[in-house]
Amino acid sequence: MASWISKDTRLVVQGLTGREGKFHALASRDYGTQIVAGVTPGKGGTTVDGIPVFDSVQAAVKATGANASMVFVPPPAAADAIMEASDAGVPLIVAITEGVPVNDMIKAKEYLAKRSSRLIGPNCPGIIRPSAKVKIGIMPARIHKAGFVGVVSRSGTLTYEAVGQTTSLGFGQSTCIGIGGDPINGTNFIDALTLFRDDPETEAVIMIGEIGGSAEEEAACWIAGNLKKPVVSFIAGRTAPPGRRMGHAGAIISGGKGTAPEKVKALQAAGVHVTDSPALMGEMLKKVLGK
Amino acid sequence: MKIHEYQAKEILRTFGVATPRGQVTDSPEEAGRIAKELGGRAVVKAQIHAGGRGKGGGVKLAKSPDEAVELGKKILGMQLVTHQTGPQGQKVKKILVEEALDIARELYLGITLDRAIGQPVMMVSKQGGMEIEVVAAKDPTAIVREPFDPAWGLQSYQARKLADALSLTGETHKKSIGFFIALAKAYVATDASLSEINPLLVTGAGDIIALDAKMNFDDNALFRHPNIKEYRDLDEEDALEVEASKFGLNYIKLDGNVGCMVNGAGLAMATMDIIQYAGGKPANFLDVGGGANEEQVKNAMRIILSDPNVKAVLINIFGGIMRCDIIATGVVNAIQEIGIKVPVVVRLEGTNVEEGKAILKSSGLAVIPANDMKDAAEKVIASLGKVA
Repeated sequence: MASWISKDTRLVVQGLTGREGKFHALASRDYGTQIVAGVTPGKGGTTVDGIPVFDSVQAAVKATGANASMVFVPPPAAADAIMEASDAGVPLIVAITEGVPVNDMIKAKEYLAKRSSRLIGPNCPGIIRPSAKVKIGIMPARIHKAGFVGVVSRSGTLTYEAVGQTTSLGFGQSTCIGIGGDPINGTNFIDALTLFRDDPETEAVIMIGEIGGSAEEEAACWIAGNLKKPVVSFIAGRTAPPGRRMGHAGAIISGGKGTAPEKVKALQAAGVHVTDSPALMGEMLKKVLGK
Repeated sequence: MKIHEYQAKEILRTFGVATPRGQVTDSPEEAGRIAKELGGRAVVKAQIHAGGRGKGGGVKLAKSPDEAVELGKKILGMQLVTHQTGPQGQKVKKILVEEALDIARELYLGITLDRAIGQPVMMVSKQGGMEIEVVAAKDPTAIVREPFDPAWGLQSYQARKLADALSLTGETHKKSIGFFIALAKAYVATDASLSEINPLLVTGAGDIIALDAKMNFDDNALFRHPNIKEYRDLDEEDALEVEASKFGLNYIKLDGNVGCMVNGAGLAMATMDIIQYAGGKPANFLDVGGGANEEQVKNAMRIILSDPNVKAVLINIFGGIMRCDIIATGVVNAIQEIGIKVPVVVRLEGTNVEEGKAILKSSGLAVIPANDMKDAAEKVIASLGKVA
């Protein structure tokens, strides 16, 4: 499969009856996503704006053939919701929830490793593919435009920045994936970059990283040996002080590791075009492409 | 969340981690009494969150109960300055009075999350008392790491491996196994993000004891640990940051002069970066979050401006979930209520952006509009030049 979502994506929303869940489910439906079911334990049999609600993901999948899930379940129960979706055989799970405990995610990730689901997030804006008019997430649809740039990022609003810039330059986006700002996540940079490599819609990539951890360095290593398409990157947090958590649970320089200069160096060594200014991601790509 | 040494030791004891005998107090006389109970000789340790207390004069040996009283008087109430407190130091409100132990060896033991493999990792080094970062930079091979699965805990063979790496032998080796397993258990059970015993003491008699103890916790998991949440000490945190957290705002004070208000953590970091890129210095990190309301925006403005170093403000909002008209209304109200004297540059983009811009324009306030991030950063730096 070239992309992880398509016109055939049939979405179940876990936590549909909550305020956020409902708001973003309906916005995703307005964009073009097929929302086939909601799940809220104890509220099976009701509907939300015409969408049937089930008590369990298994029941929802059985009745509607859902093949993707969007999780809006509050933090204490979010990992459970992810595991439930995976156990029900849902191939793609997008967890929007912010504030899931690290230990819960370690557990959920191990659980998923024994099954075949892909998890995006948690603490992420989701995934959108403008050419298919499908989105699973909270990103503002109207700034997107079908095109050739694949965008992957640990940050939500910074993704929008890259989208806004590539839209106004007329490039548009193939698929945008927010992998989330937590220290433990399902899909990582390399997973997304692999998709972009194999995706015929994607001709170039914008990868947005930030301080903390070593995911950018690992991605750089992979890019050097595996990706021929041009990659432009920005790393947020050059001015962040060490030892402080900059909003995202994963955005922290600890023990002198995970700094922006380290990441920039690794990316540049892999042939990635790194810009120092978040305002110039699109411009940098334009220059690289010679357009 | 961070806690004090005495609190970390309280927690660790309940998991069977060996700690020195001792008691915490806020009175010098009590310190004397505790020292007497401990046999006269005692160590008096200032309780603040920052590290480097010993070097700063916050940890002293009392050879008698009277001396413990004297040290208590000296240390309690002092502004303890360490490399982690900043030049103003941190006021000492409590001291831990502990038995003085004879030291055969000082080792390092710590647990934290290894993000690359998604598991906690226990680390040991023979160079106790030194900061692990320093050891890592000098000689990374001096640190031996053993990742473990939190579902199963640290296994005996793993603990043995670490004990071997520390060249522990005989009874001490045996004791260290129990110690390591207990510490791993405490780390997982309390949803800790860091658990550090530095130094880990080997006494002359061959016992293994946590001479110091540091624990940090996953903020997201505190909801299931109400007892640990009670340990929070607001006096140890920046007053503005505490104030901001009451309104659901994520604020971190920095030392520049350009205040900033942004939605989203990544964009907030990037805004700080672009301020520096344009030649300025950010005064803070502030993420108003995805669903902020007018009241929060107002409070955010108030908090940014209560930092006297702030000479200009940059508001950068890419509204996805957040509507630009709400931000604009909040900004206008804040300026009118607080009477803002510094230049305010506003960059709005996203949902309801035209309505937002119209609100700013019709307010009659001297807000400087910006078209994009680059424009905003350049304008805010230019405005600094004018006020200076």
